[in-house]
This record gives sequence, structure tokens and C-alpha cells, in this order.
Amino acid sequence: MDKKSQPKGNKKPRTSAPEQNPDERKKNFKEVSLGYSPAMAQLEASRCIQCKKPKCVIGCPVRVAIPDFIKQVAEGDFLEAARIIKESNALPAVTGRVCPQEDQCEKHCVIGIKGEPLAIGKLERFVADYERLHREVDVVEIEPSTGKKIAIIGAGPAGLAAAGDLAKWGHEVVIFEALHKPGGVLFYGIPEFRLPKEILEAELDYLKRLGVKIKVNYVIGKIKSLDELMHEDGFNAVFIGTGAGLPYFLDIPGENLNGVYSANEFLTRINLMHAWEFPVFDTPIHNHKTFAVIGGGNTALDAARTALRLPTTEKVMLLYRRSREELPARLEEVEHAEAEGIEFQFLVSPLEVQGAKGWVSEIVCQKMELGELDSSGRKYPHPVKEGPFSLKADALIIALGSGVNPLIAKSASDLKTNTQGHIELADPDINLTSRPGVFAGGDIVTGAATVISAMGAGKSAALGIHRYVMEIKT
Amino acid sequence: MFKILGKEFLASQVFRYLIEAPDIARKALPGHFVIIRLDEVGERIPITISDTDPATGTLTFFVQAVGKTSLEMSLMSVGDFILDVVGPLGNPSEIDLFGTVVLVGGGFGIAAIHPIARALTQAGNKTISILGAQTKERVILEEEMKNASTEVHVVTDDGSYGTKGRVTNILQSMIEKEEPIDRVIAIGPLVMMKAVADLTRPYGIATLVSLNPIMIDGTGMCGACRVTVGGEMKFACVDGPEFDGHAVDFEGLLNRLKSYVPEETEAKEKYLQDTGGACRHVETSRAT
Repeated sequence: MDKKSQPKGNKKPRTSAPEQNPDERKKNFKEVSLGYSPAMAQLEASRCIQCKKPKCVIGCPVRVAIPDFIKQVAEGDFLEAARIIKESNALPAVTGRVCPQEDQCEKHCVIGIKGEPLAIGKLERFVADYERLHREVDVVEIEPSTGKKIAIIGAGPAGLAAAGDLAKWGHEVVIFEALHKPGGVLFYGIPEFRLPKEILEAELDYLKRLGVKIKVNYVIGKIKSLDELMHEDGFNAVFIGTGAGLPYFLDIPGENLNGVYSANEFLTRINLMHAWEFPVFDTPIHNHKTFAVIGGGNTALDAARTALRLPTTEKVMLLYRRSREELPARLEEVEHAEAEGIEFQFLVSPLEVQGAKGWVSEIVCQKMELGELDSSGRKYPHPVKEGPFSLKADALIIALGSGVNPLIAKSASDLKTNTQGHIELADPDINLTSRPGVFAGGDIVTGAATVISAMGAGKSAALGIHRYVMEIKT
Repeated sequence: MFKILGKEFLASQVFRYLIEAPDIARKALPGHFVIIRLDEVGERIPITISDTDPATGTLTFFVQAVGKTSLEMSLMSVGDFILDVVGPLGNPSEIDLFGTVVLVGGGFGIAAIHPIARALTQAGNKTISILGAQTKERVILEEEMKNASTEVHVVTDDGSYGTKGRVTNILQSMIEKEEPIDRVIAIGPLVMMKAVADLTRPYGIATLVSLNPIMIDGTGMCGACRVTVGGEMKFACVDGPEFDGHAVDFEGLLNRLKSYVPEETEAKEKYLQDTGGACRHVETSRAT
């Protein structure tokens, strides 16, 4: 290879971050990835070639100034790096852990064309963790009060991201959360071993320091309508970020048997209600031995790996109707799950749940094969000729995503929704709904997606809200 | 934090609570429920709202001390706080002028049917309430039900009060006498609601039952409260809690209600041990 055709970029290999040993970690709920040391972070950051027109930023839904913060890491000014990230991302310790960076910023990284892309996610996580442990005062400036009040419905990723920006711009922000803890899917969905709750709590504390008020146990649509928020309580604008909602089931016989859970129920019992610490905590989870998990997304993997960590579990199977290649989950999570001993069964689709004495005993399945491409661009699975077969399991977790929660739309008839019930946007650039002053973003608009895309929507809505309440013409 | 403003012992294990919750009190209608969590290690349990006073910002509900959380509540006092109360949840009862409505309340279910009876009476219906209990001491809210209904019948399993027999005996004889019945609402043990629905089905009398399956979030997110109604999966928290009694798969629901019985028993026994039997006192001595 002559010099000219050599790719730009650093040929040093990507710095790997230490992880808990698989045999050890599958018995505990502690975080799997242990993160970089300062030396590792500086070494990794030094691989960045500081592109003039950085493509990584385009891949980031919240447009973090990636090369700028990486430069500070390389130079050892981690607090300045944190300040740069927080200009555009209020929850870096969360996104550094749960973003699918390989499909976003890192996918566009130029040095990844011929070599391995920069570990932007791990660096973001390092910076956020470093700041949490070392910073004594926040350096983010809050603009003078505008006197405007913004209501945010749902304390999940979309709402928290919107709240962070709006508070910085001087608005009074109140978040209404239906559950008893804020965080949405970050709390009830994503397990401790991927996102420790104390990290989330710290990020929430940061928002509170920005002046954001969080009201838990408050189901908008039931206790208050949109009208009441805007006309009686004096909110100048509302952001709806209520998330996906009602879990899908399979619509096959036997799924009401005991031992069948939606991934939402299973994960909520564990993450929100601490069922794994029963009877110290009141909410129980039954002692199962063999779990079958249906689905191939991050939630399915979270459920499978959580099930594996329960003390009586002997085996966890993950049934997916396509092949490993089509798994929608992050590759890193798939590899973690494989290392921990989750049994992946590909090209398998459940037909029926059979029970004994009211409890799950077997899953009757059909072997599949892949055929033509479908509308999602993936090969569509068809049943093979051979007949069904059975898998023994005493628990079944269904992780097939979720449909729309109707509570808000039910209480606000003038809010336009599409045929599936998702809120329709009149102006997608600023996440404005059909109703003036009401904005929406995240899963309630798009259907189930990622934490960071919800945060991106929250941020663009925040900008729309800011312009709306300040009467800024564009 | 939600302050307990009043607490009253009613009958065998049943307590009435008055809770400070102004925002919920403003919005709650008959048929709505709340989910409460006592403390940081507590479970979330659904409880039917029995009464509200928007002026004083209070709501009333009843708790039957039968499990760990309810026993714990039975030891709480006026001035104590409940950590979480969320609501109003579920769909309210349909209140309209139907004509003659029979309200069947079984045991602790009487507490849930009382606000519906009162609202239906106020709406101009003739309301005939049938209250059923195992024995005299377990008949609760009889006076309140008399005030809330046009007519009240009481039945006990052992005949210690009212008519001896089952709530369905009274309903059956009303049907046989060809009294016009436009609607039946039954709230109580699952077997009772099933018996009522089975009785009215051949006569085509509209019959609603209020279901109380295992629930966690109460807003549709977890799907634990799913029940089969007319062959379709419904979530009691967002689609119910009232459903067409003729279409409910009671057997399936009965099975699902049993799923945590061993754990519930374990939690309760542990609690009784930890509290040195203070609750055993509530359970036994007051049950007589």
C-alpha cells in the first residue's frame, strides 16, 4: 500500500475497558463494564484525529461537540470535557452507558473506516463519572428567569433532556411522573448491571440543581388534564414524553398462565420494586428455574440477563425468530449475554404456551427460515416444513415492544394521533403537536426506540418550547 | 407523603382511612382506585376509593388487613404518612339513569360498591343493594348502604344476620318474581361475581363486575393485570376495572390471582414474627 492510499487516522488499537468476569457477574447485579481509568481515557482520546468537519457529531442525536470534549480528555482536563458535553447533553453518565454508539457517533468516526472507531461512548462515560466524583460545584450557567412555566409529562429520557435545556434557559420546569421514582425506562427498564441506579440518581440531582422540580405519583390525563395544566395551573407550554406504554403480547394460547410476564412487568418487579431482595422488599418474583425470553431487542437481553442473575435460575433461553445477524439489540450486549451463558435459540417462533397446574411448563415452538426482505429491510422469517417442537421452561418473558398508552390522548380529544395512537406532530422540527403550546417526543411519537433518540426529541422540543414561550419568530 | 387524617376500625379486619390527598380528591369519581405504597420497601397495591371531599382535600378508602401491607397499615395511626398515593386510576363507573339497578356487594366488596350505589341513587335510579357476608360481624357499612340505596337486603352464609344463604338467592328470587332489573353491578370475591354473572346470563341482564387482579404500575405499562374478556386481552387498570361479567374469563383470573400466594404467605408470616404478633391480635381478636 503506498502512502497516498493509506487512510487518515490512528492505527493504534482501541483501548478496551475492564469488565467484571462473566462467571462472577452473572451472579450479581453490579455493573458489567468497569469503565476507563484516567490513563486509559487519555490513551484512547489521543487516537482522535480532530477532523475539521467531524462526522461523529452528525451521528449524535443531541449533537454533543465530540472532538472538543475528546481533545480536553487527551489533554487531561476532564472537568472541562464534562462542561462541553453538558452543554448539549444533560445525562452523559446515562448515555455513555446505554447509547448504541456503534450505530451513531462511532459509526461515522473516520478512523473507523480502516481501523477501529474511537470509543466515544466509553470516553463520555468516563468524563461523566469523573465529574460526578470530582466536581464540587456545577459550572453550567443558568440564564436569568424568564417567568415562563413549562410542564413536562413523564420523567423519562425525553422529558429529562427537555427539562435540562429549558431550565438552563431560565424557565420554571415541573416534571410530572406517574411512577413513584423518576427516570422512566432508565429506572424501571434498564437493569442495575447496565445502568446503576446511583448514576441515574446523580444525573437527576443535577437536574434538580438546575431548578427542575419533579412531582412523582402524578398521572397526567387522570389527576389533571392538559387544559387544566395550561389554563388553571398557568403552564405556558407542555411537553408530552410519556413513553411507549402498553406491552405487546403474542396472542397465542396460554399466555395468561402464571409464569408468563411482559418484559415490562418482569423488569419493573426487579428494577423498580427490588423483587430480587424479597422479602426485605415487599414485592416478590417467583422462584423460577428455566426462563424462555421471546424477542431480540435490548429489552429482551436486559430481561434475559436479569433472569440469569436471580438466585434460583438454572437456565435462560432467548428465542428469536430471525438469526443472530438480525438481532436488533446492541452487539456489545449480545456478546455480554453470550459470555454470561444465555442460550440463544435463533429462527424459533413460539406457537403456544403449555401449562401444568396453572403454571408455564413448556413452550411449543416452530423452527423458521429466512426468506425475502421485508419492509424493515430484514429477511422475513417463514416456518420450515418440519412440525413444531417443545422447549421446557417454567417462565416466559415476552419482550416484543409496546403499543401506545392511551391515558393522555383520552383526556385531550384535540390532540391528533395516528392510526396506531402515536401523537402526530404538526411540526416535526420542533416536535410541536396539533395543539398550540403542546409538544411531544420520544416513544409516544415514534413508537419504541432508543434512549438517546428520545433525548434528541426532548431537546428539539425544548428549543420549540423556548421559541414558543418567548415568542421568538424563526 | 400523604397524611392519615382518620382511621376507624369497622369490623373483622376492615379499617376505614381518611387520607389527605387534595389533587386526587378533586378528580376521583365512583369506581376509581388509587395505588398506594407505604414506605421505601413497600409494594404497590390498588385500593378502591370509597369517598372524596374536594372541599377538605380528603379521600376515604377501606383496607382489609389480610396480607403483609394491609396488616402494616392496620398498625399505622392518625398522623402517620403513607409514602405514595397515586390516582385516580381506572375508569369510573358509568353513572346514568338506567331504571332499576341491583348492586351486589360481597364482604369487603361492600366498601367498593357503596359510592356507586350512592351515585346511581342520586342519578334517579331505583337501587336495590344486596349485601352478603360470611357472618354478622362481617357485614360492613349497612347503615351507609341503606342511606345510599332505595332498598337493602342482607344475607349471611351462616344465617347469623339477615337472610341465611347467598347473595344469588335474593337475586334469583327477584328474577323469578319478574321484577324489572335493568342492570346488575357485583363487587366482591371472584367466585361471588362469577355466580352472579352465571345467574343473570340466561336472562340477558346487563351485569358488570369490578376486577382486582395483581397490578404493579396501574397505568397500563406492566400488563400484570391482564384478563381475558370476550376472548380479548384487557388490562384491568386502563380498560377496567369494571367489565361485562358475562364475558370475563373468571377461571383464568382466579388462576392468576393465585400466582403469588406462597410469597404473600411468606411475607405475612415474616411480618407477624417481626412485629411479635401485634398484627395477629388485629387478625384474630377483632375477627370475632
